[in-house]
Amino acid sequence: MANLKTVSKKSKAQSMGMHTEVLTGRTQQKFFNPDEAENFYYFGTYDVDFNKRTELDVKDMTAPEANKEIDNLMSQGYGTIVIKNPQGKHSLGVGILNKLNLIFEGSLGYFGMGSCDGPIVRINGRVGWSCAENLMAGKVVIEKNAGSCFGAAIRGGDLICKGSVGARTGIDMKGGTIIIGGDAGAFTGFMMQRGRIIILGDVGINLGDSMYDGTIFVGGEIGSYGSDAVDAELTKSDQDWLKRKLKVAEIGENFDVSKMKKIVAGKKLWNYDNLEPTEKKGAI
Amino acid sequence: MPKKKNKKAVKTKEIKGQLGKKKETAREKMIGQSIGYRYDVNLLPDYSKLTPFLKKYIEAMGWDDLNWLEDVHMGYEDDRPAVFCRNANGWVTIPKSIKLPNNQQDRDMIARELLVKFQMSPKHPLVDLKKAYLKF
Repeated sequence: MANLKTVSKKSKAQSMGMHTEVLTGRTQQKFFNPDEAENFYYFGTYDVDFNKRTELDVKDMTAPEANKEIDNLMSQGYGTIVIKNPQGKHSLGVGILNKLNLIFEGSLGYFGMGSCDGPIVRINGRVGWSCAENLMAGKVVIEKNAGSCFGAAIRGGDLICKGSVGARTGIDMKGGTIIIGGDAGAFTGFMMQRGRIIILGDVGINLGDSMYDGTIFVGGEIGSYGSDAVDAELTKSDQDWLKRKLKVAEIGENFDVSKMKKIVAGKKLWNYDNLEPTEKKGAI
Repeated sequence: MPKKKNKKAVKTKEIKGQLGKKKETAREKMIGQSIGYRYDVNLLPDYSKLTPFLKKYIEAMGWDDLNWLEDVHMGYEDDRPAVFCRNANGWVTIPKSIKLPNNQQDRDMIARELLVKFQMSPKHPLVDLKKAYLKF
């Protein structure tokens, strides 16, 4: 088993100071007391106040400059930041791991709000491809339409598009909820593993193709089902949850959720069982 | 002639959904691993069972509901009840001092509370990693 204590020669990465921790084995055990002081924020994040508000005009800034400035404002305790003139810039608002109320007055380009964990975001325009990719927690609301790969690989949080979205919405999602007020394109929920997608309008072909787990609710017409996507019974619990979630999303107040279709994985593609012995044999 | 002993079959009461009590399939026994989830990962949370800590957490974050915690459920690791921490990519085992209720909704709320406390703790593994690797 690797033990860096006994290794005298430092690797290039270590000599550059990139490794400071001592690895004594392949796994780590950490102990903590669940009764320690109540804390609701990640260690080392900024203590911001929602009532402290400021504006940031990013017209003449590049995306990295704008993102750094957002971070700088959070470090000063601003909890509500209004971004003026985003002008469709790509990768705006990425990597925010803080409690924050962020408002974009305009549209975003590709990969807006990617890899975020915690903020409440409102975009008063459209968004390009892969909006809120890898979202971990928080709430992102888009007032107009969104491009393809909306909410790709999200793990948690609520992602809401009041308009329509492109193809492959929720591709590879591993948790969280995606809510679409309008229509959704082809391959919605492609390879999804967990989480929930709600579409109030129609959806294109191959819905839930190769989905491993998770749930898709559709209010309109379905173009076609993907491989291993099957219908399931809509329960009372589902209906209660849908009503509550649509209220959170600020859409579909009068929508009759009892007529929605529920789609889940047929689990016929769960064939790891058969593959594993061959893989093991190859490894040995 | 030896007397026949009437062996009474000992029946263990199996409670539906109890952690670690699901009967393993022959295939699972052979490979020593479980296939699929042993709890309902799609179970929607019952908000009437929110704990005071979780209520405070939701309020502090400014959210309307459990948000990302809706996907958190109590599972188990090495036959011990545990909750999976996605940030550390490992299981957080539940202390033995915490008595677990006999339904998944209540257990899930305990798991959510414990997970938040663990992730926000200065003893979380990411704190060490951040110190070692933080770039900007």
